[in-house]
Amino acid sequence: MEYLSKGILEIHDALKNKEVTSQQLIEEATKKAKEVQEKYNAFVTILEDVQPVEEINHILSGIPYGAKDNYSTKGILSTGSSNTLKDYVPFFTATAIENLEKEGAVLCSKTVLDEFGMGGTGTTGHTGVVKNPWDKERMCAGSSAGSACVVAAGVYPYAIGSDTGDSIRKPAAYCGIVGYKPTYGMISRYGLFPFASSLDHCGVLTRNVQDAALVVDAMKGIDKNDMTSWDASAIHLYESMDGEVTGKKICYIKEICDIKNYPNASDELKEHLENFQQTIALARELGMVVEEVSVDQTLLNAIASCYVVISCAEATSNMSNLTGITFGTRSEGKNYIEEMKAYRTKGFSPLIKRRFVIGSYVLQAENKNRYFFNAQRVRRLLVDTWKKLYETYDAVLLPVGSGPAKKLEGSKDILDENMQILEEHLQVGNFGGFPSITIPNGFVNGLPVGCNITSNCYKDETVLNIAYALESKMPYKNQIAKEVQ
Amino acid sequence: MKYKAIIGLEMHCQISSTNTKVFSSAKNGFNDAPNANIQPLDMAFPGTLPVVNKEAVKKALMASMMLSCHIPKYLYFERKNYYYPDLPKGYQITQETKPAPIGSYGSLTFECHGDLKTVRINNIHLEEDSASADHFDTVSKLDYNRAGIPLLELVTEPDFRSAEEAVAFLETMRQNYQYAGISEADSKKGQIRCDVNISIMDASLEEIPENYGTKVEIKNVNSFGGVRDTIHYEIKRQIELKKNGKYEEMEQQTRRWDEQTGTTIYMRGKVDAIDYKYFIEPNIPKIKLDSSWLEEIRRQIPTLALERKQKYIEEYGLSHYDATNLVKEKEISDYYEECLTYGASPKSACNWLTSVILGYMNKYELKVSAVFVTPKMLADLMQLVEKGSISSKQAKEVLNEALMEDREPLKIIEEKGIRQMEDNGEIEEIVKEVFREFPNAKEEYKAGKTNIVDFLVGQVMKKTRGKANPAITMQFIKEEMDS
Repeated sequence: MEYLSKGILEIHDALKNKEVTSQQLIEEATKKAKEVQEKYNAFVTILEDVQPVEEINHILSGIPYGAKDNYSTKGILSTGSSNTLKDYVPFFTATAIENLEKEGAVLCSKTVLDEFGMGGTGTTGHTGVVKNPWDKERMCAGSSAGSACVVAAGVYPYAIGSDTGDSIRKPAAYCGIVGYKPTYGMISRYGLFPFASSLDHCGVLTRNVQDAALVVDAMKGIDKNDMTSWDASAIHLYESMDGEVTGKKICYIKEICDIKNYPNASDELKEHLENFQQTIALARELGMVVEEVSVDQTLLNAIASCYVVISCAEATSNMSNLTGITFGTRSEGKNYIEEMKAYRTKGFSPLIKRRFVIGSYVLQAENKNRYFFNAQRVRRLLVDTWKKLYETYDAVLLPVGSGPAKKLEGSKDILDENMQILEEHLQVGNFGGFPSITIPNGFVNGLPVGCNITSNCYKDETVLNIAYALESKMPYKNQIAKEVQ
Repeated sequence: MKYKAIIGLEMHCQISSTNTKVFSSAKNGFNDAPNANIQPLDMAFPGTLPVVNKEAVKKALMASMMLSCHIPKYLYFERKNYYYPDLPKGYQITQETKPAPIGSYGSLTFECHGDLKTVRINNIHLEEDSASADHFDTVSKLDYNRAGIPLLELVTEPDFRSAEEAVAFLETMRQNYQYAGISEADSKKGQIRCDVNISIMDASLEEIPENYGTKVEIKNVNSFGGVRDTIHYEIKRQIELKKNGKYEEMEQQTRRWDEQTGTTIYMRGKVDAIDYKYFIEPNIPKIKLDSSWLEEIRRQIPTLALERKQKYIEEYGLSHYDATNLVKEKEISDYYEECLTYGASPKSACNWLTSVILGYMNKYELKVSAVFVTPKMLADLMQLVEKGSISSKQAKEVLNEALMEDREPLKIIEEKGIRQMEDNGEIEEIVKEVFREFPNAKEEYKAGKTNIVDFLVGQVMKKTRGKANPAITMQFIKEEMDS
């Protein structure tokens, strides 16, 4: 009997009724993990000799899960999928993971990401490319590629991730699962390796919306070690979910969703957007009011560059601690400058170095106003625009990406320049710190696609409830990846 | 003088009075074993986040208030990005001028050679110290105990015209930091470090920025003596350049003070100036500075040394010398003022304090807190002298004994039965006895040898073991002489 392909509540019941033990679940997880590792290369570390939690006091007690390898875990290799930290074993544990531990959750592995979260493909980790469990020729997207892959493959009911641009919510769509990042500060970032601090969120990947609520209920909480965290004790995500959405008003943005905006649209994109319209129809069937709104195209087009400027600027500063002086394997050099240079030159992949160069460039005194400060202004405009929408609407519903997972290699698709907005709009959720969830909403070419629901800060319950209602109208809840090719 | 110097200062002072560092919960300590006071943040382990120490903010606000600075509504922190092994994060969390730091555009009045001067303060900000690094030929030693200790950086306008003014200002600030309990401000402990800006200009020109010369910044001057020497040296060096016609070639530059050779050494020119790529620290949300909290802090600022000194001179009639001595340390000044609250007269309290107690403290290198005799005890003792119950000689002996043996002066007096002999008959009898012993005294006195009186008083004191009231004794001796 397999348990880990089920939802958390079912597994919990099985544990409570002593149909299965935590030890057996760990064994099942480890076996599956090894198979998945063989096929998709999703793990940095599969832990051996994991201690079971046999006392089932909480929903998550005794149940295995995986964590993205940019969470600091005491005594457990934590690499950020970077050569700079390939041997780094921290001596403290991230608050989010400590909170899960308190609920009896059992950490069984560390999963691959794009190096320090800086990538959207799952191909730049130091242990190699993560393959999509629906089609090994395709990517999982990133940066929480490993976590998305292993949840989709049924290794665990959930894995935790982080999201700076769309790093939870896009891989979720590509892997046909749920990806949720709550409001900024609901989960402490203490112990999460930073990429861009003002955009970084902790979150979770699951196979159904309830599970996402259950896990974040356990991860959240104010933390004296993170000044941006806030007291969310009055918020009960799981308990508040009733699926009652009649009368809720949601909107979608014409400039993003209308096929007419993409004159050279591929069949995949057409199908994806048609499928999205069906989701809208479902929303209406549920009694929600769905309206099309229009947002200035120029502003939408600025999302991607705004994100690049802010995220690279913060990243180059955040990763200045990686010098090999205080931790990491020190490099050889004539003096400390040479040592630092050698460490960073050898350790970082070219993609990251490129981002550091951009980050430094936009912060330079002569460029700062033109790039960095302007990006901050654009960020403010975008957030204000979305907040304006929230005055009328409970949430914004949008398609994720321009179709299903992209091919890892040999993809000759020429992206319509307009299509960039489809790929990048989820970043607004990070600009505003908005609660945002991706759920699977169909298939294109036999591969899963997703849609996203985002709302105003602190409206996590609304976002989850809408997602929960939509999920109930679709047959994708708890789906496990099946290789289609 | 053909030239005048235009001098500005940057003074860094550690806040030594907080229990923990400015952004981590590690101990803010000075004397501990290297790398003992460290939390993960202090070595910038991945995933660590800064948490602002409210106590450090409070002390910084106090400093800002003492400098009459403008205080912003919201407090922001910024990152100053550069690579150095003593800077584990690769950036220092500090405050820049935009958004406003914890204090801007203030001023401070200080005393230099008896004259009052005022310097404008450009800004004061709260930041973190770096680790301390010692570089040797083949190795460098890093101690992260210092990394993250709260640091106040104060930037003055170029309002000083001499090394003496600059040093007098620094001494005043040091004293103020000590008075307010912000810092021990001990440069021997590396708690104070200064950068000095100097340019020279023709003395005949109007003192406006357009007429200032080329600014030279001298980094890392770590003692006040060093500041004085640096300024003297640099003024001389720049005048020399003027004389040799080389001044115009000199570019704006950064130099460092080399204590060994007593010279300044070129570090970098303006073109090589480091771009620190400042941006707002995203991990620290803006902090609202509540006005009631600010008022509470303002109330906690004690009267500072200069103000006390002026009061001592003007109201209490103390000499400049004594007043300066009394305010040198807040604890002494507080002791003095407490004595007055128990009714001691300002002048004699000053005398007793400076002559006996400070002497005792200096001799044994003690702090006021280690002195057993409290202001109340001293004031009570002084009152006995004033009433004539004991002589000042007796009081001095008692006080010394009290200090040495940690005993209450009044108890000593009681136990030993020390009192001034005030019974006129008794004293008169002893005076007569002394005259009998020195029968020639009267004649010698009349022959003009008037100091015989002191001798006779001494004899009386000897017989009474100092108990006789000197005034009464004197009176009887004079009567006897004139009889």
